Amino acid sequence: MEPLFTVGEPIQDAKAPAGPLQDQWETRRFGAKLINPANRRKLSVIIVGTGLAGSSAAATLGEAGYHVKSFCYQDSPRRAHSIAAQGGINAAKNYRNDGDSIRRLFYDTVKGGDYRSRESNVYRLAEVSSAIIDQCVAQGVPFARDYGGLLDTRSFGGVQVSRTFYARGQTGQQLLLGAYQALERQVSAGTVEVHTRHEMLELIVIDGLARGVVVRDLVDGTLETHLADAVVLATGGYGNVYHLSTNAMGCNTSATWRAHRKGALFANPCFTQIHPTCIPVSGEHQSKLTLMSESLRNDGRIWVPVQAGDTRAPGDIPKDERDYYLERQYPAFGNLVPRDVASRAAKNQCDAGRGVGPGGRGVYLDLADAITRLGRDAIEEKYGNLLDMYQKITDEDPYRSPMRIYPAVHYTMGGLWVDYDLESTIPGLFVIGEANYSDHGANRLGASALMQGLADGYFILPNTINDYLAKNPVGTADSSHPEAVKALETVRERLNRFLSIAGNRTVDSFHKELGAIVWEYCGMERNAEGLEHAVGLIRALKAEFWLDVKVTGMNEELNQTLERAGRVADFFELAELMCIDALHRGESCGSHFRTESQTGDGEALRNDDAFAYVAAWEFTGEGSPPRLRKENLEYHNVELAQRSYK
Amino acid sequence: MNITVRIWRQHDQTAAGQMVSYRVDGVSPDMSFLEMLDVLNDQLSAAGDDPVAFDHDCREGICGMCSLVINGIAHGPEALTTTCQLYMRHFNDGDTIDIEPWRSASFPILRDLIVDRSALDRIIQAGGYISAPTGSAPDAAATLVPKKDADRAFDAAVCIGCGACIAACPNGSGMLFTGAKANHLGVLPQGQPERHERALAMVNQHDAEGFGGCTQIGECTAVCPVGIPLDMISFLNADVLSALPKENT
Ligand SMILES: Cc1cc2nc3c(=O)[nH]c(=O)nc-3n(C[C@H](O)[C@H](O)[C@H](O)COP(=O)(O)OP(=O)(O)OC[C@H]3O[C@@H](n4cnc5c(N)ncnc54)[C@H](O)[C@@H]3O)c2cc1C
Ligand code: FES
Repeated sequence: MEPLFTVGEPIQDAKAPAGPLQDQWETRRFGAKLINPANRRKLSVIIVGTGLAGSSAAATLGEAGYHVKSFCYQDSPRRAHSIAAQGGINAAKNYRNDGDSIRRLFYDTVKGGDYRSRESNVYRLAEVSSAIIDQCVAQGVPFARDYGGLLDTRSFGGVQVSRTFYARGQTGQQLLLGAYQALERQVSAGTVEVHTRHEMLELIVIDGLARGVVVRDLVDGTLETHLADAVVLATGGYGNVYHLSTNAMGCNTSATWRAHRKGALFANPCFTQIHPTCIPVSGEHQSKLTLMSESLRNDGRIWVPVQAGDTRAPGDIPKDERDYYLERQYPAFGNLVPRDVASRAAKNQCDAGRGVGPGGRGVYLDLADAITRLGRDAIEEKYGNLLDMYQKITDEDPYRSPMRIYPAVHYTMGGLWVDYDLESTIPGLFVIGEANYSDHGANRLGASALMQGLADGYFILPNTINDYLAKNPVGTADSSHPEAVKALETVRERLNRFLSIAGNRTVDSFHKELGAIVWEYCGMERNAEGLEHAVGLIRALKAEFWLDVKVTGMNEELNQTLERAGRVADFFELAELMCIDALHRGESCGSHFRTESQTGDGEALRNDDAFAYVAAWEFTGEGSPPRLRKENLEYHNVELAQRSYK
Repeated sequence: MNITVRIWRQHDQTAAGQMVSYRVDGVSPDMSFLEMLDVLNDQLSAAGDDPVAFDHDCREGICGMCSLVINGIAHGPEALTTTCQLYMRHFNDGDTIDIEPWRSASFPILRDLIVDRSALDRIIQAGGYISAPTGSAPDAAATLVPKKDADRAFDAAVCIGCGACIAACPNGSGMLFTGAKANHLGVLPQGQPERHERALAMVNQHDAEGFGGCTQIGECTAVCPVGIPLDMISFLNADVLSALPKENT
């Protein structure tokens, strides 16, 4: 049998300056070439995606005077998936005087990521975190405040300080509206043009440099080429490879996967976050899963009946017949252990028969003690919208009986590999937000994705992209260039191919089946045998897809089936790479739990000697094994330790 | 449950449209309304017909993308609920349900149940922001915001921009949407410098887009999935009035 992958030359981040961590960002900014304001007007940047990362970057580059072209698949930039983020955003403000600092946020994030992220990037993220809160408040983001008018904070999993700023249960919405409004301000200033209902289907690379994109107008099917001096992908995560996830229905990997096929390395694809507190699946018809914010773990206690198969109503089970298993197993962090730990613990309880609700795939998240202690009004004030949502979906009242929750796919730490400048291995292609792999290692801490998206968009990219634009040829791209023409033709042929198969199975049926395979074998627990099996299943299903999928209608119209077909086709290729990545990483770390590698008491067992690296994968052609390029991780400021939350 | 749906089908912006009936069998009460439409679309695709086009993304009631008029009511019969958060348990076996797009002259139909709402973005472009370029911000704790103002701003800021208010208004007015933005930014200390000009600019754009005037009927707030109250419009009107004399001199 052909090997599943080959190993190539290691890769290195050449951009983070040497020297102490706390000086690196200043040194880099000083070293980066600047562009004078008059010249910026002549430079154009394409930004695909209008979530927190894309909107903040587009607004900021627009303010700086660049000509920005922004794209999203929704009908308005404000509807990007970031809008759904609930719980909050971290920042090392130390307003609580509880021992927080840049260093502690840095340390928590590296530890939370199970020592698989780059020190330089994470430190910078912690450094700029404070400025994000300042920026958002200035824009009018209505963060929660206390009666003195000061900003309020809460705690999130994996940390012992209170550094999470929030806007009730709608933090993502409020942050995105701030960035969206800044973006629309630039539209009226004439620096940014927004193309909504446009989906990127190909990257244009000319003479080795990223120069543009091919997009499809989703209203009438027109294919367009757009060229610029640099391209930024801010297209979010690929959690929908699992079919069921907490992501919005349209979230996809197409933009990042197309870039991968054109030469951008894809890093750590198997690092996917399964969030512990989501509403359980209710039936076959389920189209997506709904998150119940981690912030609920501040006040909610998680438990299952001690007795397996106990079918009594939760209220009838006395306290001493309940197992508050997180508090018991992890006394130091209790209900606030990191997500990977909480998810696996829930799975273990259900596997042991102590799960609750239909099919036994659920555990209780109980607010009763908090309601007694703080009163119903206080709980409603903090979590009202979440609890309403829970009630609408389940028809159960969470103020009266405990909520049922179960882990679900939520976030993808993996993504396109980027250096310290957030530039991919294709010069001129920058990747920001969830689309890159940069800061969260093998497990992201709660409230850190919003922080990273805005850090990338407001403060980091706008201070690095100038260096690229100053040093490289600009203004040269032309849509009649053979590479641009070829990219457009590739897209057209692929769309025609979908439409001409005229098979028997719907796109969604393939997506569901693919998702079930990835969830089963590359979900909360993985092992070599299962992963090898999954690669075979995925390949077979992919072959069937290309023979038997049924895509109705035509290209020259609004055709949602055709849109989904393209996304699912890319998920097939990504799913295979995820399994290969998971297979090759024969250690457990963070979200990646290999049953072969665990401690005596069932905790993840890392293997730093063999695996302290980022696995960056190179595309080597259709049907040819991907090439592994390792970026070795070195830790000079934190000591590698087995993670413990006990 | 077995349900009959009568759905507006229209191929594109210029085509004529009509209501078409379909039967959907095997609907479970735990399905969301959109999952029921997924089932219908599966049926249609399997038969080689074009599925019904409808907008949706988060399916959590927050992105504002879903937009259906269900039995004559924008977002359907449940108060404070978007279409995606409406569950089939609120319907009965054997029901016939009418499903139409947002109807408003300023929201052209693109296909079936999908409309063009870009006019709302243009209202924001006209002034729905605080001018705070990246990097210019003082420390977040420098300005205290009384909790009641922060809460009021928040109550306005939760608008999801879905456009149901406009679809429901007999005048096709977008004043609730515009008023919510004026309140969100206008009660915060950061929003004061541009407050009155912002309100005026947004209202001018609102009118230019062809949205109708407000006669305080209140259908907008009745269908609003996040409960934006009608007094947001009075606040907006007061701000516009404050801006006018300056502009006229
Ligand atoms: C339910 C939920 C709750 C969450 N809560 C929190 C929280 O409390 N705190 C926290 O820190 N994080 C949270 N997260 C994670 C966080 O919301 C995301 O990681 C983050 O918002 C991603 O932002 P982004 O800008 O990278 O991408 P997104 O917001 O996903 O935006 C992607 C953009 O790319 C566009 N796009 C995608 N593909 C294409 C294409 N092919 N062509 C054109 N455009 C395209 C989309 O239109 C969109 O504009 C949550 C996530 C979920 C699912
Ligand atoms: S789909 Fe997002 S609000 Fe309904």
